Amino acid sequence: MPDLTTAQEDVLAAGDAAPRERVLEVRDLRVHFETAAGVVKAVDGVSWHVDAGETLAIVGESGSGKSVSAMTILGLVPSPPATFPSGQVLLHGRSLLDLPDAQQRKLRGNEIAMIFQDPLTALNPVFRVGDQIAEMVRAHQKISRAAANKRAVELLAEVGIPNPHVRARQYPHEFSGGMRQRAMIAMALANDPKVLLADEPTTALDVTVQAQIMQLLEELQERRNTAIVLITHDLGLVASHADRIAVMYAGRIVETGTTDEIFGAPRHAYTYGLLSSLARMDHARPAKLEPIPGQPPSLSRVPPGCAFHPRCAFATEACRAEVPQLLPMAPGSDHLHACLHPGEVAAALAAPKEVAPAAERSPSTGAPPVVEVTDLVKHFPIRSGLFFSRTVGAVQAVNGLSLEIEPGTTLSIVGESGCGKSTAARAILRLHEPTSGKIVIGGQDITALEPTELRKARADMQIVFQDPYASLNPRLTVRQILTEKYHLLGGELTKDTIPELLETVGLSPEHADRYPHEFSGGQRQRVGIARAIALNPKFVVLDEPVSALDVSIQAQILNLLESLQDEFGLTYLFIAHDLSVVRHISDRVAVMYLGQFVEIADRDDLFERPQHPYTQALISAVPIPDPAVERTRERILLAGDVPSPANPPSGCRFRTRCWKHQQLTETEKQRCIEEPPPLAAAPTGGERHEVACHYAGTREVLHA
Amino acid sequence: MTTLPPPPEGTPAAGIPPTEPFADPDGLHSAGQTDQRAASAVEGKTVATRRRRRSGSPGALADIWSRYKRNKLAVAGLVIVAVILFMAIFQPFLTPYDPFEQNLLNTTAPPSADHILGTDVLGRDMYSALVYGARLAMVVGIGTMLMSVIVGVAFGALAGYKRGWVDAVIMRFTDILLAFPLLVGAIFVVRIFGQGVLPVVIALVIFGWPTSARLMRGQTLALRESEYVEAARSIGASDTRIVLRHILPNAIAPVVVYAFTSVGVVVVAMASLSFLGVGVPADVPEWGRLISQSYNFIRVPGNEHLWLAPAMAIVITTLAFAFVADGLRDALDPKLRGGN
Repeated sequence: MPDLTTAQEDVLAAGDAAPRERVLEVRDLRVHFETAAGVVKAVDGVSWHVDAGETLAIVGESGSGKSVSAMTILGLVPSPPATFPSGQVLLHGRSLLDLPDAQQRKLRGNEIAMIFQDPLTALNPVFRVGDQIAEMVRAHQKISRAAANKRAVELLAEVGIPNPHVRARQYPHEFSGGMRQRAMIAMALANDPKVLLADEPTTALDVTVQAQIMQLLEELQERRNTAIVLITHDLGLVASHADRIAVMYAGRIVETGTTDEIFGAPRHAYTYGLLSSLARMDHARPAKLEPIPGQPPSLSRVPPGCAFHPRCAFATEACRAEVPQLLPMAPGSDHLHACLHPGEVAAALAAPKEVAPAAERSPSTGAPPVVEVTDLVKHFPIRSGLFFSRTVGAVQAVNGLSLEIEPGTTLSIVGESGCGKSTAARAILRLHEPTSGKIVIGGQDITALEPTELRKARADMQIVFQDPYASLNPRLTVRQILTEKYHLLGGELTKDTIPELLETVGLSPEHADRYPHEFSGGQRQRVGIARAIALNPKFVVLDEPVSALDVSIQAQILNLLESLQDEFGLTYLFIAHDLSVVRHISDRVAVMYLGQFVEIADRDDLFERPQHPYTQALISAVPIPDPAVERTRERILLAGDVPSPANPPSGCRFRTRCWKHQQLTETEKQRCIEEPPPLAAAPTGGERHEVACHYAGTREVLHA
Repeated sequence: MTTLPPPPEGTPAAGIPPTEPFADPDGLHSAGQTDQRAASAVEGKTVATRRRRRSGSPGALADIWSRYKRNKLAVAGLVIVAVILFMAIFQPFLTPYDPFEQNLLNTTAPPSADHILGTDVLGRDMYSALVYGARLAMVVGIGTMLMSVIVGVAFGALAGYKRGWVDAVIMRFTDILLAFPLLVGAIFVVRIFGQGVLPVVIALVIFGWPTSARLMRGQTLALRESEYVEAARSIGASDTRIVLRHILPNAIAPVVVYAFTSVGVVVVAMASLSFLGVGVPADVPEWGRLISQSYNFIRVPGNEHLWLAPAMAIVITTLAFAFVADGLRDALDPKLRGGN
């Protein structure tokens, strides 16, 4: 990049000198893409602004255009294929897009910086982290290499990386996910930007790490008076961290207002739909989810009029006729919405909600369990050597799990990535051969079966996978995918079987002869569910079945899973990292950390009276989509990241990150270090509540 | 072929018939090609998208063709391959002379009306020899390709799916074969099995399959971890079924692309063996042998046709198959489906 010219310095100085609150403003921005399928209007007349020290959240589902508008500001949208029919970007009141390219570049990264979603790919793997930050500093400031390196170390320290001197000399692969995101933030802060664009900054991170990163962003904002634009699909995150919200749908802003206005008094049918389709962690008896029907439109075929009308319960002829304007609620109000039926939305908001079927079931039926797992262990050997490999260690992915699931109920296993929950689920189904342990499903000892017997037994033990894009063979039609199971496991296959099966999962029979790529994510997941529930299995593992789906689609799938359970008496093992979903769907919940259960209890008991410090931290880290609740909550921040399961800490595996451990006396700490705590009845919880902590005790984390 | 002088009028009838079918399909094809191009300019896109949406199969031939024909070079390659195959199949009808018939009074004659590509050192018709050579090139080229792919895919899938010692043994074996210089190895094999077309094919298969096997193994290793393979296992599919139904159809595309490239390699390798005198027997017309015969005439002015004609045949064949492979690479890539 060229050095600063005097003229540019003047421009920058003039920008800084203007004592304006409004840092960045976008006016009537349109970004269109010319494609073979027609013009894709990714952003279609969007206006927003952000003030110093303020956080604006831009919320929307995938394909709503929320990221494109931010990328445009940074000049990261390639043109062609993109065209910009209209729009202004004002930085400190001066139009950014009208400046010459060189000057735009100068401002970007200096005045405006961006934090990307995936810290793994955004850092260059062949350069040291410190050098990458220093390079960023030197690109915009005339300082020596040594001074830039010193600044890089300071920045790493500022974003909370321990031993910044050592860390600056390391490469990105030596950083954990959370650390990389911190390094990214350090890089973004290198030139003290006035605006920080954060595009899904924590989506790739675990919830406890997400809490750390969001805390860091808030501290930095307070210290530097930075304006933050938070682009996300996560309404929980928005409720706890945003001042104002803009909700986007199909390339337009449909509603904007303060966080309290959006959550407390939404006036656009889409905003209302999003909020009522969310599972919440803090409700003792969650109301039945009200999903938004259908799926978000493809941006190349946006419906005429209000883009939301095909999915909207309140839509009338007027909604189809023309695009509603974004207008204030009352004259002078900053709460704008583009809905023709705000009254009906308000009425629906006030109306009482139907109760979820899961909430009516009693947690224990007393029936003998369908699934019994005893001391399940799964170690992956670490081998070295090319010809005569020898085992040099083991990744202890699952280390002694025992669980029982009663018929017709749902046990959830929650934990952060790498805790071994998916491995455990696959080991229970013997998709991965367990190292040791005993598994009994429906009275049959699965661990003792020969391969051919095991294949037959699979009729009773099924799985729904996380990624609906990867779990269907792209070369087979839906009919071929579903009939394969009947061919393999027996079962009568008439010409009505497949149509009926498709209708059961909410697809229409004519979908049978299509290929997976013709379906949306939610529809594919329905095919995956159809494959799992065909032939009425006794036991179904749901491995993060909704985590790859958009918020409004998640509720559809969760409701489907619940109604299938009611109809067919299915027994579920639900694997998830999303505690809100777990609270909604489970009867019993087990919390997993580094291959072991740290706590297992009936759902409400676990959420209301968590006993283990890790469970407490986990629950406290999950943001609740309600700003009123969020303001009263206190987060327990865990230090660092999950240790490697190849080399877990001695004694209690959680002690290295445990907040309680740090409060103990030296002699008490010794017990955590030397003695692994057994999973035993909790001292103060309900019955059927077990916890693995020497110093377990209740701590209220949901409500203040 | 492009340097072919226009046949003057009043030539013996034998001179014309071969050129007609030779030129005719080419003309037909290029006409069809321009038609398609004109159509695609007007409504090609909508037709293509509509068809894709209706049929939907990523493996559907129509879908593959619609993407293939966007690559004009690949279409040209396909036309040339078709012409070579046509010549290989109908060779007796296309050749004016018996390629074995010697005429010692008319050796190394330059192209003329009687012999459109001239005659070789023993006075045999060069054009007829080239057409007969095309059959051999196609039989050996395609035969070797098919056998290499079958052997390679089988061992590659086995290695990638079973992993462990099976993988180690197969892959170290391919390492050994790939470490051999192709020609040295092939000469070695031909010496063991004796001269002839079959020993040449065997030699080329032995040194050709490891590359297919490596490609297939890589694909299989990736796909065996995919969720749909796991899904197949979860509904009780056996290993054989998983490999044949779930892995093979999704893994085969890169192998097919490589296979078409390898036809050219095989043709060149066979010619090289013949040139070195260890290939097919002397009584079989073969392009490499034709070049070998002309070795002593390379610096004789006026005799360029002796080596230029067979060399061009080899170059054109190799390039044509490379173009086809290039077109298939894009046409078979499911990631490009619906794009552009």
